[in-house]
Amino acid sequence: MARSERIDLAVPRMQKRHSSLMRQEAIYGLLFVAPWMLGFLLWVAGPMLFSLALVFMEWKILSPPRFVGLENLRTLIEDPFVTTAIYNTAYYTFIYVPLRLVISLGLAMLLNQQIRGIGGFRTLFYLPSVTPSVAYIVLWVWILNPDYGLLNILLRQIGIEGPRWLGDPEWSKPALILMDLWGFGSSAIIFLAALQGVPEVLYEAAALDGAGRWKKFLNVTLPMISPAMLFNFVIGMIGSFQIFTAAYVATSGGPVRSTLFLVLYLYTTGFHFFEMGYASTLAWLLFLIVLALTGLQFLGSRRWVYYETGGEGSG
Amino acid sequence: MSLTNQMAVRNAVGPFRQAQEGRWSRPAGLVLRYLVLAAIGVVLAMPYIWMLSTSFKAAGKEFSLRPELIPNPFVWQSYADIFRLVPFLLWTWNSLVIVILTILGRVFTASLAGYAFARLRFPYRNVLFGVCLSTLMLPGIVTLIPEFIVFRYLGWVNTNLPLWVPAWFGGGAFFIFLCRQFFLTIPYELEEAAKVDGASPLTIYFRIILPLSWPVLASIVIFSFNWVWGDFLHPLIYLSDRNNMTLAVGLNSMVGMYATAWNLLMAGAFLMSIPVIVVFFVGQKYFIRGVVFSGLAGR
Repeated sequence: MARSERIDLAVPRMQKRHSSLMRQEAIYGLLFVAPWMLGFLLWVAGPMLFSLALVFMEWKILSPPRFVGLENLRTLIEDPFVTTAIYNTAYYTFIYVPLRLVISLGLAMLLNQQIRGIGGFRTLFYLPSVTPSVAYIVLWVWILNPDYGLLNILLRQIGIEGPRWLGDPEWSKPALILMDLWGFGSSAIIFLAALQGVPEVLYEAAALDGAGRWKKFLNVTLPMISPAMLFNFVIGMIGSFQIFTAAYVATSGGPVRSTLFLVLYLYTTGFHFFEMGYASTLAWLLFLIVLALTGLQFLGSRRWVYYETGGEGSG
Repeated sequence: MSLTNQMAVRNAVGPFRQAQEGRWSRPAGLVLRYLVLAAIGVVLAMPYIWMLSTSFKAAGKEFSLRPELIPNPFVWQSYADIFRLVPFLLWTWNSLVIVILTILGRVFTASLAGYAFARLRFPYRNVLFGVCLSTLMLPGIVTLIPEFIVFRYLGWVNTNLPLWVPAWFGGGAFFIFLCRQFFLTIPYELEEAAKVDGASPLTIYFRIILPLSWPVLASIVIFSFNWVWGDFLHPLIYLSDRNNMTLAVGLNSMVGMYATAWNLLMAGAFLMSIPVIVVFFVGQKYFIRGVVFSGLAGR
């Protein structure tokens, strides 16, 4: 760079120095993002294309891949397990996500108080969210044990004979939902941050207009935290459509396939039966469903999400 | 909030001393609030108490139809057994190695990329950042199969390489985003001075940016520790040998082997949770700041 400066005498000195600095900056910039770019090609774009190609192949991993055209898609449509898995996953998602939103918003409002010791409560409420998933699940399998589990013991104390939870096809999904609701903290904390961002002035103005608690919640709180609501909704849905660990560790998809979720089916197809082509087809099915749901939420959100103009969104 | 609201109303109505006593500030209201919080707290803490209680019960004593929270007799047997029956320390070590190597890769490469996206001007910067952000929404499951095939081809299956090497390639969009947002808040003037002195972006990054960035780096460390320590799917796919399992996979294998030895399983679950809980307590501030800052959370 210094050399080019000496040769190119026509350009004024300052400008030359400036442009060579810009070039240096561009080179460093590209160099700094190079690991990410390489990673993107190696672990995201490449695998995505590869997996798209696999949709049209049969590949048992030990034998070479074979082009089968749309065979995997036909299997997908005719496969009764796929219907079961979609039903189970949708059941879990559409009950769990709204419940989690309501509970975490309620508890976030409870935690959004200026009282002594509130920090301790916040930590306690957040603790389940940082517990490692397998430990969390093993613990809950024990709590939900039909005979000796804490939940049914406590229910028996008040005269209710609890269901067999994870052992009953009717109750296995509600049991998983109950268990996952314990980890509401991660979405509550986002609501808490959003609640703290609502300007006090708005409440005062609403109070002057004669708004009661409920009116204030409806007309001030909800619109102001709606970006956080959308965020929690989208993230919650993407996450719960990929439910796997709980079903794998706690129920192995049973009883009678009542907890056979899409990712569990994908895992079994890919890593137990080594049907890499069909497993990739399932992965793309999942991807497209999640993409469609996310798109729908963003479209629908225009009606109910309020973004303050000029200010920063809280999400 | 209601306290100040009511105060505002009363202040508006008339400047009387009664404005000081909002409805909730009365002792009864305050007590009620604590009671509600405490009740929920107990419900939330109960599973942990049950876990600890079970782990200290003698073998077979956990099968009681009555809710016995205080183990009688109180025994350490499960904690002694767990190290004897399974390679628990080895699994802990395996988890730790993966966690540390992942964190190092992320801290280094994500902050570099984040710095470039925040500060340096280079061709296609905004396009590339857009691509980076869009991968945040990508369900990781889609790339699971092809990744496995690639790692299998490389001969990396049953080693820990597939679990941490990818972290050295940018460390994931989430962490790049986190870093970028943080770097945007560092005043430009600090770099300007160094620039005038002819420092290269690399020097600026190491000498000026990194020393100021420990809050965001702490967030990366705590998030990664939490996620990688608890990750189940990836180690499940890549590690099948008993001796290179991580704690998550190891604990799951114990579920298969000691299906009804709940004291043992609870001891394992508790031991596995300790490091994450400790890290969370120590770095709580950075963890929560990270969540709030990015609007993203674990699980």
